[in-house]
Amino acid sequence: MDELMWSVARTSGMISLLLLTGTLLVGIMARSGRAFGGLSRYTQSLLHRSFSLLCVIFVMLHVLSLLADSYAKMQIIDIFVPFLGDYRPFWQGLGTVSFLLMIAIALTGLLRRHLGQRVFRGIHLTAYLMWPIAVAHGLGTGTDAGTLWYRIVTVISIGLVLAAAIWRLTANYLDHSATRRLAREGVKL
Amino acid sequence: MSAELEIDWTRCQGRGLCIELLAADLTSDPWGYPSARRADGHQSGTVILAEDQREAANEAVKMCPLSALKLRTSAHQ
Repeated sequence: MDELMWSVARTSGMISLLLLTGTLLVGIMARSGRAFGGLSRYTQSLLHRSFSLLCVIFVMLHVLSLLADSYAKMQIIDIFVPFLGDYRPFWQGLGTVSFLLMIAIALTGLLRRHLGQRVFRGIHLTAYLMWPIAVAHGLGTGTDAGTLWYRIVTVISIGLVLAAAIWRLTANYLDHSATRRLAREGVKL
Repeated sequence: MSAELEIDWTRCQGRGLCIELLAADLTSDPWGYPSARRADGHQSGTVILAEDQREAANEAVKMCPLSALKLRTSAHQ
């Protein structure tokens, strides 16, 4: 039984990481306001939402299977309070921190229309904090973190997210940014 | 029953989702912001919706990343 729970925990953790990276990449894409080939703006938003909600489900599976796995020695309190664990408390604690951030981001995302844009956006931006914490959690305590394939997947993920984040900071990231710049400078079209 | 889609331009950042979903009713200005397609060419933030556009409009309201759209329905014309 422990073997099974452990396998589920490893697999769901890995899938969560991929979904989280996908969510972030599509989110950055969607934020630019551009359509990309076959991906309309609407499709990108749907993908961003689907990836993120799927990720929540897989993280739940990850947490529940670890609770059931006696080797992980995880208590209910470890889900909500970081760094109290018995097994690699620091790295497990990073998992707790990113889990709590994820819950906050998911709930405010679902309640977006009832919250102010500022509250939603403020909390949503912590995704940029949550992702590296989750990646560090995986590298620090993941059973497969030492394997070559896990490292390759992680390195590719980090590379893609870094590239997307840098793109986001460039001047022409937003669609229509050139014409909008002209408008701000008072040029009539 | 008639329905109107109201664009709140103070919230709108011209992400363009609604223009994709309501291509027949909305058009993009040169800066990427949506406005109602009107024969006289004037910009308007109010779109009068045909019955078959209601579902698309609902989706646009739900998915607008800035929550800048509102659907208004009235029982009488």
